[in-house]
Amino acid sequence: MFLVVAVFLAIGLRLNPREVPSPFVGKPVPAFDAPLLREPQKRFTQKEMLGKVWLLNFWATWCPPCREEHPLLVELAQKERVAIVGINYKDDPARAMQWLKELGDPYVATLTDFEGRVGIDFGVYGMPETFVIDRKGVIRYKRIGVIDRARLEGEILPLLKELRRP
Amino acid sequence: MRTALALLMLALAQPAWADSHRELDRRAKALASQLRCLVCQNQTIAESNAPLAADLRRLVSEQLAEGRSDREIIDFMVARYGDFVLYKPPLKAATLLLWFGPALLLAGGAATLFIVLRRRRARLEVRELTEEEHRRVRSLLEGAGDREAP
Repeated sequence: MFLVVAVFLAIGLRLNPREVPSPFVGKPVPAFDAPLLREPQKRFTQKEMLGKVWLLNFWATWCPPCREEHPLLVELAQKERVAIVGINYKDDPARAMQWLKELGDPYVATLTDFEGRVGIDFGVYGMPETFVIDRKGVIRYKRIGVIDRARLEGEILPLLKELRRP
Repeated sequence: MRTALALLMLALAQPAWADSHRELDRRAKALASQLRCLVCQNQTIAESNAPLAADLRRLVSEQLAEGRSDREIIDFMVARYGDFVLYKPPLKAATLLLWFGPALLLAGGAATLFIVLRRRRARLEVRELTEEEHRRVRSLLEGAGDREAP
């Protein structure tokens, strides 16, 4: 009896209840149409990225883990030449622009999602969140929370390599 | 005249509008109490003060006002947040243990108890002593009496 309880507890403690299984991996990227942070009169949709392997990163200046993750995104964009689209989630545009000026801008395009509508269509509930999308526009990976170096090197880079193979 | 008529019709229509509004409100509350707040997890979006819960509540109301059915709204949420968004988990292969685990445990406990009690009763069953055993008991008792005597 004790053994059974111990085994269940051991499994339970290792699971992370915050990691909700994502219904998105393997599905086409949800359609969105959002204004650009710097030129709000212009809009950007997922169609512009078709044919490319790209990352979609939800972030906000009010999110401390986003600050932790940011340098890695800058590095990823520079070293690996990965196209990252940033979605600034429920944030103040002026602060967001200041953030990119100070910390560097890893994004090929930064969009604003002031009301969190795009976030809802991507099932976002924790900041930051990152999606890897293939050339056909299918989501291949989703990370809720910070991408750290271990995850970048162990999960994301190998996947990118595979997806970018001609 | 036409304006007066329009106003009269509007006045008459008002209660019906209020009724349908109340009905939508009731459905919105019912739906909100079936959906989990992803940020706080052990609350529904009806109970939670998290900003995301407020957004989702507003979304539910809007979709109801657009005439969507409860089923459509639930499906909309599940497509984005997975089954986890349902406060009451759906019955399917992956959740069988969740639904029937407690009943299984109860049945297992009852079976164990039944077996243990039956074994114990078998051990306690009263049996008449045979003639041979009676003789041994008597001799033992007498022997004990002898030893205790001073």
